[in-house]
Amino acid sequence: MKPFTYERPKDVAAAVKAIRTSPGAKFLAGGTNLLDLMKVEIEAPSHLVDIGRLPLANIETTRDGGLRIGAMTTNTQVASDPRVRSLYPVLAQAIVSGGSAQLRNKATTGGNLMQRTRCAYFYDTAKPCNKRQPGSGCAALGGLNRNSAILGASEACIATSPSDMGVALAALDARIETLTAEGVTRSLAVADLHRLPGDTPELETELKTGELITCVVIPAAPTGGQVYRKVRDRASYAGGLVSVAAVGNRVAWGGVALKPWRAEKTEAALAAGVPIPEAVAAELAAAEARGKNGFKIALVGRLTAAALDETFAGRRA
Amino acid sequence: MSSVKDWALPNPVSENRSGLIGKTVDRYEGRLKVTGTAPYAYEVEPPSAPAYGQAVSATIARGRIVSIDTSAAEASPGVKLVWTSRNVPAQAARGERANPRSQRGSNPTMASDAVEFYGQTLAFVAADTLENARAAAALVAVTYETQPATVDFMASLDQAEMPPGEEDTEIGDFGAGFAASPVKLDETYFSPIANHTQMEPCATTAWWDGDKVTVHTSIQMVKGGQHALAETLAIASDKVHLITRYIGGGFGGKGQSYDDLTLAALAARELNQPVKVAYTRQQMFQATIHRPAVQMRVRLGAEPDGRLNAFSIEAITHCARNVPFTEHAANFSRSLYAAPNRLTGHRLVRMDLPGAGPMRAPGEATGMLSLECAMDELAEKLGIDPVELRIRNEPTVDPETGKPFSVRQLVSCMREGAQRFGWERRNPTPGQVREGRWLVGMGMAAGIRGNFLLPAKAGIRITADGTVTLLQGMTDIGTGTYTILAQITAETLGVPLDQVRVELGDSDMPPAPGSGGQFGAATAGSAAFETGMVMRRTLADLAINDPNSPLFGADPTLVTFANGNIALENQSESLASLVARAQPDGVYVEGSISPAADARDWSQHTYGAQFAEVAVDVVTGEVRLRRMFGVFAAGRILNAKTAKSQITGGMIWGIGTALTETNPVDPRYGSFLNQDMAGYLVPSHADIVNVDSIFLDETDDKANPLGIKGVGELGICGTGAAIANAIYNACGVRLRDYPMTPDKVLEGLIAKGL
Repeated sequence: MKPFTYERPKDVAAAVKAIRTSPGAKFLAGGTNLLDLMKVEIEAPSHLVDIGRLPLANIETTRDGGLRIGAMTTNTQVASDPRVRSLYPVLAQAIVSGGSAQLRNKATTGGNLMQRTRCAYFYDTAKPCNKRQPGSGCAALGGLNRNSAILGASEACIATSPSDMGVALAALDARIETLTAEGVTRSLAVADLHRLPGDTPELETELKTGELITCVVIPAAPTGGQVYRKVRDRASYAGGLVSVAAVGNRVAWGGVALKPWRAEKTEAALAAGVPIPEAVAAELAAAEARGKNGFKIALVGRLTAAALDETFAGRRA
Repeated sequence: MSSVKDWALPNPVSENRSGLIGKTVDRYEGRLKVTGTAPYAYEVEPPSAPAYGQAVSATIARGRIVSIDTSAAEASPGVKLVWTSRNVPAQAARGERANPRSQRGSNPTMASDAVEFYGQTLAFVAADTLENARAAAALVAVTYETQPATVDFMASLDQAEMPPGEEDTEIGDFGAGFAASPVKLDETYFSPIANHTQMEPCATTAWWDGDKVTVHTSIQMVKGGQHALAETLAIASDKVHLITRYIGGGFGGKGQSYDDLTLAALAARELNQPVKVAYTRQQMFQATIHRPAVQMRVRLGAEPDGRLNAFSIEAITHCARNVPFTEHAANFSRSLYAAPNRLTGHRLVRMDLPGAGPMRAPGEATGMLSLECAMDELAEKLGIDPVELRIRNEPTVDPETGKPFSVRQLVSCMREGAQRFGWERRNPTPGQVREGRWLVGMGMAAGIRGNFLLPAKAGIRITADGTVTLLQGMTDIGTGTYTILAQITAETLGVPLDQVRVELGDSDMPPAPGSGGQFGAATAGSAAFETGMVMRRTLADLAINDPNSPLFGADPTLVTFANGNIALENQSESLASLVARAQPDGVYVEGSISPAADARDWSQHTYGAQFAEVAVDVVTGEVRLRRMFGVFAAGRILNAKTAKSQITGGMIWGIGTALTETNPVDPRYGSFLNQDMAGYLVPSHADIVNVDSIFLDETDDKANPLGIKGVGELGICGTGAAIANAIYNACGVRLRDYPMTPDKVLEGLIAKGL
């Protein structure tokens, strides 16, 4: 671990300023991902700005009947909030299917969205990884890549996004609000937060240097059932092989791409009255197997069809 | 030498007058562990401020070091020394034994420029803090000349050779018997490389006092570690004081020492300062031993009534090129089922990987994954219930040696388990029980694991306050050894449990072989018992020769020990008062146990039967265990609580074997894919919903004077196969490739049109 300095600013403006004035600085929230990465020097910030105690830990009802969830709410807090559980069961289900109870007690809403891939080759610092070391290559290509992406991948990176929460938020049409380093507030869709790898997998989100997520805003709950289903190798504390969030006839996938993946072709086909299996196949037409992950195509298709059977029946997870 | 006949005589443990034997007793060191006050090797406070060491690992599988640039590391903050093969202090050549009685040879680190496996130590940094050591270690730059490496087991099966000094075992004529059998099975099974995944990594704290080094280290065998370090440093073994008081899991992986021990001792000498060295989690996966992959071909030939005519297991496994080890995945089967024509054996592929080695129930844990599936498959072919098929092949004597069994309750285990589990509710046709999206099924497997007794010693001291202290160079790797030794000592001497202290894990104490091969309790426990008997005779002599004793002049053979007293009829006094008066400095005796001369005249094993119910998600192929029940017969049980914890712990490990545990080698690098516990998946709490076990009443008086046998490894034997069989019964997908992950099950479901 590299030596680093540390501060805990009192307000959001000071936090953003601290990053702006200190090259190599990083925000520290729950630390459940960043500290692990620092121990193996995948992350080596020179300065940590601890935002964990900023006053961003409230959950408020919005005027349109949605929720505004502060970025420093913990995963446990959100998943156990009665409004979340009644209005957005898909979100509560997604959160509790991630990590472990101990991790969820520390991990935050903002941090969850900013967590980095769990690709084994990203974590193995002896291997090439374009995300970790741009231009070094992708060891997962041609490697033991059972858990790599089937959609939106590139020759530079076939990693996946690990977040469960983000998949549910994408299906709920949630947006994040941020404060930029210049002090400007802006808003963008959760589904647009993460970039696909392209030639620059080291650029992971649309956030600019020093930009801080301050909250997530979820619009009023749509009609129809909500289901989150995650397939994993063990019953708890394991990343998903694939997951699906179905909200009415909206579908988002986890474990298939480097971002929560809205299955827009499936949604369009469903809206046009196409039967579920064909609608799911419409999105999967672009899916690409890369070695050992081909099973994911059939798996996410079956999982989605089963989830839509439930949401169309109006069931809530 | 003693005979097993002596062991059958009544003794304080078999009489169990205080009822301490078999009782549920909390862990002796439990409070220390749960309050974080049991110092593990790395946490031991040295006499002065320590330096911290960090090893740098190779990132190729085979080749030579061309250059190592250590300049950046040396200039890094807090760095005290940087070593490579060029400047590491001299050590004895690998395997050298200056003392022929050493149990282990020299195990030098950085001995040459050759790289023999990915993860091998190539450099070492010591610094003032752990963080500075790790940061500096990351700055060491190595350039290699790589050489072709054999790292892909399945692509190297053609290189398999007979292991050195071994031969196949053939009884009758397998080929003819198999050919003539009306019902045949010929299938091949695979189990992958697995890691021990101990919570505590390998770690050492070392310091020198003159020419003598004290090392606190995490190792299963006290003498093995002491001798290995002495040979490596080319010093006498009495110049190494090795202490291993608490061990956060060993499972076979700490049966040997690693570079943390050598480097801590060398660096402490060089720096004239205590040094701590621990492996990182990544090094635990890449640079310690693993359970090797095994491919097993099973051939069974049977009569229509289920009786086996022909029986064969041929196992191919692997080991490191220069470190011979054979995973004996066929050995267990030589004592399991009757069949007149038998062929079993092993083949070995030498590979450029870290050492393959023993992991919990080496041989059985892998081998039973194949045979106990094959028996399930054969049962279906024959239309015979799997329990009944096994009963029909129950031998009356050991099928290969013809020796009688000491005690064999395998059939009772299966019958009791079937009855308690509700086996009769199993539908023999697969895929018939559906609950929503889940297909539900049951499976079972038999289990067998050998039992051993090794030579061991112990010491007991009684001080003037009556405190009884057992001293033994034994280890407790989390199994309950402290606790059962306290129980045996207390029962043998007739003193309350809280009067007994146990001190273990010190090379200055009377030696015991340590923990491994499920021989620990029987071996260390028998030595403790024999030492207790020596103490009884010593105390009796003391009393009858002491004119101030109420037992003065009595017949020593009539003296009894109970309630903390030594007594003859209604005359008695406390041990404390006897010792305080007659030998106020305390009484210390040693005793020992050796295998009986005739112990191997019997075929001696522990047995079990395991029953599993699983649900298979018909959409995703996910397998979730619903319940599991095991019935075991393993001699007299010393402690109902720790024995159950051991045996169900083994079952849980077997569940991991069946469903999640694997560490594939990336053939491009020769490294393991998983190098942390987020990637290498052992069962989580949510996977273990309802796992229970019982022990059958048993005493094995051919095993040792206590009639006990090992329970540390039996629990994993057969577990994985029971789950594989339950998966098949649930959904009709027969997998022969462990672990049975959703992708594999899903492929089978799709192939069946599900």
